[in-house]
Amino acid sequence: MKKYEIKGNKPTRHGFGEGLAELGERYDNVVVLGTDVTGSVLTSFFKEKFPDRFFSIGIAEQNATTIAAGLALSGKIPFFASYSAFTAFRNSDMLRISVAYNNANVKIGGGHSGITVGPDGATHQALEEISFMRTLPNMTVVVPADYEEAKKATIAIGEMVGPAFIRFGRSPVPMFTEKGSHFELGKANVLTEGNDVAIIACGIMVWQSILAAEELYKHKGIKARVINCHTIKPIDVHTIVDAANECGAIVTAEEHQVYGGLGGAVAEVTAKNCPVPIEFVGVRDTFGGSGEPDELMEKFGLTWREIYASALLAIERRDTNSKSYFNIKDVAHYNV
Amino acid sequence: MAINIKFSEKTFQNKRREPSEYAEIALELRRDVIKSLYLAKSGHSGGSLGTADIFSVLYFGGIMRYRPEEPYWKERDRFVLSAGHLAPILYATLARAGYLEPSELSTLRKYNSRLQGHPGIDHHLPGLETSSGSLGQGISIAVGMAMSDKYLDKTDRRVFCLTGDGELQEGICWEAAMCAGHYKLDNLCWIVDSNDCQIDGRVRDVMSIYPLADKFRAFNFEVVEIDGHNYEEIQSAFDKFIDYHTHNNGKPFVIIANTFMGKGVSFMHDSYKWHGNPPNEEQAIKALEELGEIVELL
Repeated sequence: MKKYEIKGNKPTRHGFGEGLAELGERYDNVVVLGTDVTGSVLTSFFKEKFPDRFFSIGIAEQNATTIAAGLALSGKIPFFASYSAFTAFRNSDMLRISVAYNNANVKIGGGHSGITVGPDGATHQALEEISFMRTLPNMTVVVPADYEEAKKATIAIGEMVGPAFIRFGRSPVPMFTEKGSHFELGKANVLTEGNDVAIIACGIMVWQSILAAEELYKHKGIKARVINCHTIKPIDVHTIVDAANECGAIVTAEEHQVYGGLGGAVAEVTAKNCPVPIEFVGVRDTFGGSGEPDELMEKFGLTWREIYASALLAIERRDTNSKSYFNIKDVAHYNV
Repeated sequence: MAINIKFSEKTFQNKRREPSEYAEIALELRRDVIKSLYLAKSGHSGGSLGTADIFSVLYFGGIMRYRPEEPYWKERDRFVLSAGHLAPILYATLARAGYLEPSELSTLRKYNSRLQGHPGIDHHLPGLETSSGSLGQGISIAVGMAMSDKYLDKTDRRVFCLTGDGELQEGICWEAAMCAGHYKLDNLCWIVDSNDCQIDGRVRDVMSIYPLADKFRAFNFEVVEIDGHNYEEIQSAFDKFIDYHTHNNGKPFVIIANTFMGKGVSFMHDSYKWHGNPPNEEQAIKALEELGEIVELL
């Protein structure tokens, strides 16, 4: 199985901030709106380099969203970013009407997303944006796995036409993708070869999936196909259907509610094309809480262990053609 | 009984006029509103009639710079209808300006029409700058456009935006106002259709927004309050905005236009009950008669 090495830890927000500054170099019409947290979501990198193309809007995410639409309708490529809790929900009507319905070329950065924002607690731990964002017509949704990928994804959404949402986090996370590796919106990357079970993940759960695959091979001889599904919309139907056909069992893993996110998107694709057992790893219909990122990942079941156990369950369901009634929220009963 | 609804082919030029010349245009627009809403069998009569005089001056008095034959002309001024439910008066205005055939007004709110119930740019209607309908968002979009024109493109283009008065209960209007003042958007002209009517009743009863002029002054606006049916006052308010913008006075401009909902049709006059209803056949006949057109019965 292909080995992946950690080349240090860095937050995905750094990839976003640096990617945005690079976009500023490349394109004169990229503009950025600040919503008071520029130093947190690192729109500050752009602001320092291009002060004439940076506008402070204050703590007003709704207004920032619609102003961005006005700028986009004037031929600009506006980015705005804040905490994901406020760039997907506080402003949701503005996203729906002024951005998505207008098909305005607005780019939205959802920073400090998921439970790994840590001590700030549940109010600031957005766990539902993938679900909401992907239901908006015209919207592209990207969840990069690490620093390098966040940078590539940021540049990619800047270079496409149409509204797009990128989700990134606050805490340092393992860097394992290569600077030179291929990144294409809407095209998932297969990280490990295997036909026993497919693990489809996004964001920080991609690294956990790689760890789970290593353990599955080591302890059980199971070869898992790990898929980094960084683009949730448009979803890569081909890669998912191939995985469903060739593996016959799927685990999805995301730092997000188990309802409606990546897992939901994968289930929609397989239900239509090739129904197979799926196990969903994610936050199980509950709010987050304060704590250190590692503690919270343990508490909310977002580690390689849940992926490992879920893979065994998905395989069992496939092999026994199980007719049991499972709830999407059920935790896999296998122990590592 | 059935009636024969016909739209005239008349169009009007956009040029400096004597105040007395607008009455004819406003009458035509009001007739269009009644006819299209009667045919649509749903929609918002009151506000569309109440703002017809403002639209007459804005689009046909040489105030806004636009080219119907070149809708995306780079130097055009832009108009944003934040109060998206007033779509009928905007469509009538665009038709009479030459953006579309007046006969198309008969498709308002119908299947596959470019004239959506609330404006939608996915239907590619020339002259329409943005979708709108969720109240308060249009003025914030207009602020974004004005920022783009003033600070990024550095042009002398202007942005006009019309909101209702009940609409000002939406918090985003004041976020937009704060931002317009902060960025000294003297290229932005905000028109408030102040008719003290909203669906549930009088604005002052549902949720008071008053004092209004003082609120805008507190947000660093240049404020002009006018009778929104007096062509001379409407014209001089716009003239003042253009003068201030030309001289870079550094303040966004708001026109609080006091109007009557349903203006021009006696039984709709100043009645909030006409916010969201179309005329039925009998009412359409009566309304058109009051607006100077005798309807042909079939």
